[in-house]
Amino acid sequence: MHLIEIKELRKAFGPIVAVDGISFTVDKGDVLGFLGPNGAGKSTTMKMLSGFLPPDGGTASVNGHDIITDSIAVRRSMGYLAENAPAYDEMSVLGMLKFVCEARGIKSSARRQAIDRVAVSCAITGVMHQLVGTLSKGYRRRLGLAQALVHDPDVLILDEPTDGLDPNQKYEVRKLIMGMASEKCIIISTHILEEVEAICNRIIIISDGRILVDETAESLMAKHGGTLDQTFRELTGSVSQVKGGAS
Amino acid sequence: MNGFTSVFKRELKAYFSTPVAYVFMVVFLVLSGSLTFRDGFFQMRQASMRVFFSNIPILFIFLVPAIAMRLWSEERRSNSIELLFSLPITTAQAVMGKFLAAWSVLVLALALTFPMVMTVAYLGDPDWGPIITGYVGSVLLAGAYLAIGSFFSILTRSQVIAFVLGVASCGIIFLLGSPSVMSGMSSFAPIGFVEAMESLSFQTRFESIQRGVIELRDLLFFILLIAGWIWANIILLEERRAA
Repeated sequence: MHLIEIKELRKAFGPIVAVDGISFTVDKGDVLGFLGPNGAGKSTTMKMLSGFLPPDGGTASVNGHDIITDSIAVRRSMGYLAENAPAYDEMSVLGMLKFVCEARGIKSSARRQAIDRVAVSCAITGVMHQLVGTLSKGYRRRLGLAQALVHDPDVLILDEPTDGLDPNQKYEVRKLIMGMASEKCIIISTHILEEVEAICNRIIIISDGRILVDETAESLMAKHGGTLDQTFRELTGSVSQVKGGAS
Repeated sequence: MNGFTSVFKRELKAYFSTPVAYVFMVVFLVLSGSLTFRDGFFQMRQASMRVFFSNIPILFIFLVPAIAMRLWSEERRSNSIELLFSLPITTAQAVMGKFLAAWSVLVLALALTFPMVMTVAYLGDPDWGPIITGYVGSVLLAGAYLAIGSFFSILTRSQVIAFVLGVASCGIIFLLGSPSVMSGMSSFAPIGFVEAMESLSFQTRFESIQRGVIELRDLLFFILLIAGWIWANIILLEERRAA
């Protein structure tokens, strides 16, 4: 069984088709780099996988649970970091992690352990009592990562997890992801291509809601020659010049 | 159940960790108190809280939508709704959690008017029936306004729009039973229609409860109304969660 299985997923916003019938599977041990220009449909796909956005057509399953008919079970086995790391500004970091634990049914001593674990691994121990609204962009992102990891899910969906982090923090987050990679199934969207080379064993490039490429980083670079950066621009350049648009 | 309790607790904490609840309660207590004395609480020379309760529906038309407007608009504007629904929480649990937390704040505000009860008890020998039913009616009225306000808060990202629509809707439903509206309607509408409208009015129901006897049909009116609007909340939120 594939941990993530996407079949002909489709989503349109009025006349704009954001995701146009994409299909792929991801297995345990995979770290999938989900690439594409702004507005290609990356975030929309991730939102549908998380159950937040209902698809117009097609379906997907996460850990064997259908995202439409069994959304709660999907959300139980998934950690999701949404675009721009949304959070409750008036809560403290600790308060927010406690809230997430409570909603996920993690109680008393297990809760303390889980929060301690993610606080250390996401390096937010120093800001536990600070209000979320006063956090810097980097800390906010790491809190988002911490809440996605607190229940130790099998499947992780991370929408630009390293956006706004400084080089040291980026390195730490990459190390964290690589450390988990073997027992989890991870999808990461990012614009930082060196990151993809460093941590992903598979790459999907989408543009205009369609999959252009689905293969390993090495074979992609071997096929097109040159760096991933060049390949990305070659494949998506002509499209994004004309289109632009919202994500 | 985890979903409901976690949302309920989080919301309740949010009211008291920000100035929202305190500002609301102070304004409510000052207004409800001062209106009572302005309208001749002492001049009546009766140990009753009639004057106090008669102002509650009008005050709530403005104050309850002020609490309700932030319920979902805020969540949508800051996008924290995406975090909320990435957790294993159903739409119904989230709606109920938020609604009951906000209702608790309103009930607490009403409970803090207890000095009024003490005053009445000290000055005379009040009839306790109307006082108790007055509070019951006020709590139900607050719940009904809140369910309506919450609906408009789902409809829009803008708290201002949610507030204005909430006030307008609560005001209209309240005024349906007032004499001027009824006489206006009876000039063109059949009498059956006018009576139906009157029976739908908050004012008619509230005054009936406030007289000291809780009739089952008045109680059912509020319970069904709250349940119906909550149900509409859930349907609308399912539909517009990501919009």
